[in-house]
Amino acid sequence: MTNEECKKAVLDIIADIAPDEDISNVKPDVRLRDQLQLDSMDFLDIVMELRKRHGIEVPEADYTRLASLDSCAEYLTPKFNALAAKS
Amino acid sequence: MNSGPQYDVAIIGAGLSGLAAGIRLAHFGKKVCIFERHNAVGGLNGFYSLGGRKFDVGLHAVTNFVPPGVKGTALGKIFRQLRIDREEIALSPQKGSRVAFGPRGEAALRFTNDFAVLEADVASVFPKQVDKFGNVARFVRDAPLEWPGTRESARRFIRTQIDDPLLEDMLLCPLMFYGSAREHDMDLDQFTVMFRALYLEGLARPLEGIRVLMRVLLEKYRQAGGERRMKCGVRAIVAREGRAAALVLDSGDEVVATHILSSIGGAETDALMGKPRGDEPRLGYVETISVLDRPPAELGWGADTIVFYNDSERFSYCNPPDQVDVRSGIICFPNNFDYGLGRGLKEGLFRVTCLASYDAWKDLPDSTYQSDKVRWFDAIRKSAGRFLPPLDPDDSLERATVATDMFTPRTVEHYTGHLRGAIYGSPLKNPGGRTTLSNVFVCGTDQGMLGIVGSMLSGITVANQHILRA
Repeated sequence: MTNEECKKAVLDIIADIAPDEDISNVKPDVRLRDQLQLDSMDFLDIVMELRKRHGIEVPEADYTRLASLDSCAEYLTPKFNALAAKS
Repeated sequence: MNSGPQYDVAIIGAGLSGLAAGIRLAHFGKKVCIFERHNAVGGLNGFYSLGGRKFDVGLHAVTNFVPPGVKGTALGKIFRQLRIDREEIALSPQKGSRVAFGPRGEAALRFTNDFAVLEADVASVFPKQVDKFGNVARFVRDAPLEWPGTRESARRFIRTQIDDPLLEDMLLCPLMFYGSAREHDMDLDQFTVMFRALYLEGLARPLEGIRVLMRVLLEKYRQAGGERRMKCGVRAIVAREGRAAALVLDSGDEVVATHILSSIGGAETDALMGKPRGDEPRLGYVETISVLDRPPAELGWGADTIVFYNDSERFSYCNPPDQVDVRSGIICFPNNFDYGLGRGLKEGLFRVTCLASYDAWKDLPDSTYQSDKVRWFDAIRKSAGRFLPPLDPDDSLERATVATDMFTPRTVEHYTGHLRGAIYGSPLKNPGGRTTLSNVFVCGTDQGMLGIVGSMLSGITVANQHILRA
């Protein structure tokens, strides 16, 4: 998986948990919280959807790594690829 | 024999909080079953049919209404967390509500889904208090959305801001009627929640009432894979080493679950664990429902959605000495929401809700119970009528009435199992939701969030905090 595919996977999740947000112009280097109305409940949902859809575990200590799309990609892409390699 | 748990989570009670929790848990892969003693879902927000007509029990209006596009509010949180599309519930906004005080409602404050209407009325009725009222509104706006769960007095707080007892009572009356489990007062946190829910946000209703919400929740729960067992109450929670080891059903069967979420009330849950229950005072209500052959506006009653009234010098919010306290109450006209052109209820509905004494109703022999209901029905309607435009001719209401019903605290206790039929539960709330057993949690009324929106938020919060995050 590429960084861009990973960002798309995260955006797909955000589109489902926050359908009232416009995600067409999310800037990858800006904190998600600063451009979308997402609270801690929504971030919990992003983490849980990652587990449900992709089998990816994000421990609570790492939640800050999901701050922006760029940081999501940096943190999650290796996890996606490690899982793909295993299967 | 397989001794492992049958479920990840067993939920007791299929009301709004139990269903909301169930949707969250099932959506994220937990094996969940909801156990409900009654044959219908809904709990304190139930519905029933009588004489071919459909009635709602709890719902007057959904609070916290904000138009589409307004974000960061309680209603939006619920829709997101439960993956509900706003269109599925199709909320129609209120036309306008009123607080009416004095023997014929001479002092009146209107409030709608536009806060400016209330501000303007406060300015004209209480010109000296207008800045002080503004300070209260600012305090509420700045208060966190989360529930800190302290028991400070709302009255004490208001008195530091507002020094006119009439305005104090008029502001508190709707908020207490729609969500205080505490006599004479309300918790300050609950005050900020309710002030925001009713005054800063607003009221709305789905055309078909609570059924719409229930249908959507049930469908989400089913789609997520949740199980549900109706007419299947829980009789006991068996404890072993500080944990719940099993649930005993009314049938005597045992169910094993890793976690238990109980929405039936704090003391009611304690009772399942064999603990003596507390005897803190609880507030009871009666409601009269009149079905009319035409909309109330055609009868000459105008377009009020909800009227909160009180005829006495001070607003008295407590268990009445008599069976019913007719001095104050809530009038609800479900017809008076903006359902859109050509849409509306088939018949007129006139509901009046008043404080009532559980003790004065509970032990009456059946014949007295029935005749007392008839007697109070008339007294309640008559009292409420003082706060509405007079009808001409004066027997118009009687002639327009095609069906009636009434519930008392005894009815509520019978159908919901909530102690003393108290719709707002115990005055002592448990915001953390923990119990003496490490895998049993309380959600719903006694966790502390009240009303339609509050109860769903309660189920969501407790499921997130104690089961999904853990």
